[in-house]
Amino acid sequence: MTTSLATLTLFGAGCSVPSKPGGDGADSMLLADGYEPDSLNPLLGYAHAGAAKFYDGLMAFDGKGSLLPALAAEPPVADEDARRWTVKLRGDVTFHDGTPFDAEDVVATYRAAIDPAYASTISSNFDMLDRVEALDPHTVRFDLKYPYVPWPARMVLGIVPAEKLAEPAPLTNSELNTKPVGTGPYQLVEWRQGERMVWRGNPDYWGGAPAIGEVTVVFATDDNTRAQRVRSGEFDGTVLPPVLAERVGTDSYRTVHHDTADYRAITLPSTHPVTGDPTVRTALNLAANRDGMIDALLGGHGIPGHTPIPPSMDRYHEPTARFAFDRKRAKGMLDAGGWRPGPDGVRRRGGQRAEFTVMYFADDSLRKQLAVAFASDAGEVGIEVRPAGVDRTEAASRIGTDAIVLGGGNPLDPDLQMYDSLHSSVIGTGTYNNPAQYRNAAVDAALDRGRHTTDSARRARYYKQAQTAYVADPGLVYLAFIQHSYVMRTGAWNGYEPVIEPHTHGTTWGPWWNVEDWTPQR
Amino acid sequence: MTPTTAGSRSRATAVARLVLRRLAFAVPVLFLVAFGVFLLAAASPFDPVYQYYGVQILNASAADVADVRARLGLDEGVLAQFWGWFTGVLSGDLGVSRSMRQPVARVLAERLPWTLLLTVTGLVVAVVFALVLGTVAAWRQGGWIDRVVTALGHALEGIPPFVLALLAIALFSLGLGWLPVAGLTDAGSALSIGQVVEHLALPALVLGISQSPWLVLHVRQSMLSSLSQDHVTGARARGLGERVVVLRHALPTALLPFVTLIGARIPELVTGTVLVEEVFSWPGLAAAVVTAATAVDYPLLAILTLVATAAVLLGSLLADVAAVLLDPRVSADG
Repeated sequence: MTTSLATLTLFGAGCSVPSKPGGDGADSMLLADGYEPDSLNPLLGYAHAGAAKFYDGLMAFDGKGSLLPALAAEPPVADEDARRWTVKLRGDVTFHDGTPFDAEDVVATYRAAIDPAYASTISSNFDMLDRVEALDPHTVRFDLKYPYVPWPARMVLGIVPAEKLAEPAPLTNSELNTKPVGTGPYQLVEWRQGERMVWRGNPDYWGGAPAIGEVTVVFATDDNTRAQRVRSGEFDGTVLPPVLAERVGTDSYRTVHHDTADYRAITLPSTHPVTGDPTVRTALNLAANRDGMIDALLGGHGIPGHTPIPPSMDRYHEPTARFAFDRKRAKGMLDAGGWRPGPDGVRRRGGQRAEFTVMYFADDSLRKQLAVAFASDAGEVGIEVRPAGVDRTEAASRIGTDAIVLGGGNPLDPDLQMYDSLHSSVIGTGTYNNPAQYRNAAVDAALDRGRHTTDSARRARYYKQAQTAYVADPGLVYLAFIQHSYVMRTGAWNGYEPVIEPHTHGTTWGPWWNVEDWTPQR
Repeated sequence: MTPTTAGSRSRATAVARLVLRRLAFAVPVLFLVAFGVFLLAAASPFDPVYQYYGVQILNASAADVADVRARLGLDEGVLAQFWGWFTGVLSGDLGVSRSMRQPVARVLAERLPWTLLLTVTGLVVAVVFALVLGTVAAWRQGGWIDRVVTALGHALEGIPPFVLALLAIALFSLGLGWLPVAGLTDAGSALSIGQVVEHLALPALVLGISQSPWLVLHVRQSMLSSLSQDHVTGARARGLGERVVVLRHALPTALLPFVTLIGARIPELVTGTVLVEEVFSWPGLAAAVVTAATAVDYPLLAILTLVATAAVLLGSLLADVAAVLLDPRVSADG
């Protein structure tokens, strides 16, 4: 109802697009976001993949595939087996409240991340962290439980002042949840929850005060409402579904689609008599019409996915690790594997009918559409797939035995993208850690080597090997890396740089991931 | 002492007794409602740990989730949770909202005023509509105004507030461009009275109109019966002007049941407000209600339900007090 009505009025009204509203200068910006954070505390997951406007990590993502020092004065130094990491810190940094930043703050932040007393939601990301100590006021040493080369990718965690973590109690009531105090380029001026947030440039920012001194983010959850308000010239930019973004990004707006590591995949539980069969797994991968789904559901704004590594992570991407779209071969494989078509068109082997359920989160329309499209592709080769909408609680209880549409992704390191999805050692350690219980010794070995190898060229080779080994014996059907789409005002600012995005999107990422470096056009 | 003052004083005492009795009655009701909320929430299929983690659950290990569950006390039985909350409330501590990540008192302080503003304005709109249209329709019974008002009233009874809200946005905001679509202020503007009034107009109008059909039709009905009563016929016979007859003689008699009806409409008003707030992105309690319910956030959910219950109890109390004060024939014995 909401959608149809708003769409109807959206393109019927024919509004003219005024230039910048309200006579604001080009040193302020007005964005709309469809998603409002629950909390602005990095330890409760705020901007866990970086681009936290109020905070800096020790390291920061450069937008393309590398990590650069931020609060760290220079890249961290690891010992030989990558278990002990030493980091020199910047000496010229203060928090928004004027207190100086030093090693104690780093230690307190990382300790709170792993100390159960704080009930942090990101503790599992720091599972490898054993101890963190300040060697002197500007040097910190991390001791890991096992060799872990991708550690710098974990160092994007926003650093909070030690004083705010003095009491080891659950962070539900922490001041930082609504009044962030960090070292970041912006400080929070006002947050009217449910409505909007105002950031002001940090004049003392160590990277230089941002030229865009004020950013207002308005929260409007309905996509069509947001599109309409952009159309009327109210906002300088917003995040929208791809097709809607294309329609709104005209006149003084442009539409951009960012590549991501944000995959959508169907799990194939190993214990299920149908999805556990290697022939069925490969056949399903051959039967999935990935390009068709991307064209029909994403307006073409997605990249076909075959393994967890997207082409945009090009250093680590193995281009030959892919599945052709070949129904004939899929059918032939199923025939040869003993899955014979039954009278109702669904294949059988022995007494087993080739059928299974694919769950999707009922509140996510893209996942639902993907489940339905996948079911129809599977039906073409004689496998019956029943899509089922579930909530998070139900999904967690069935995920070991039923397939599910999964989504996620983090471009900072291939280990983050592959290990917890495919390595057999994580089975049973968490609901979404390798939920389909995929086991492949060659994949395991390559992923382990990737964790231990410091030489970056050799390390990249191991991840390529892992993808090749995975494609020979797939355990999921990776469908696509969805692009994230945005509209932004043209002709007002310089500084836009495309970025490879994680699962998170909205106004903290998107074109504005580096808004602190933007400058007004004169 | 004249009989009138003695009469009004005993009347005042009776009203005071009525108020005290209702307040005494409200205490166990509120207690039971709060307890019921805890029981219902405990029986709901939602696991609060998923709301707490959000997308972080994708990376969370089972051991860490179990730790967090224990730290947040999610494993405690519902009775223990209720007792902890109840003793907290008695000592003035409303607790911490897990889903909003801040103290419940702050959630209330930030959002309740906006909800009250919207509700009260909506109620005023509804009452004004009801009195004007109901009176005019009854006065000119069978005329075109009457037929339009009656037909519209019956039609609107069947239209949910959110549909009305979307139609109003389509017409006034997108079509005519008179009023802003949503929010509390224009995106870039600071909080100011002019801004809030401009943004309040549409939601309050929608809320008022969605609540008015019952009231309009009711006023019309009681006006019709009061217009045919003896004292009105008498007033007409004495040659009083039509305006005086309608406004001074017929309307007051019709008002009494109307006041009681307003009290009875408060629950509908509360639900209507929740829907209207959602559509207009009004930063009131509605969004908090939804979040709290899906997150099984006991402290917030209980307080929000108590606020709604208190509104209903207070509404009916005020209506009864008004009835007692307006009409000497009404007994205050309850």
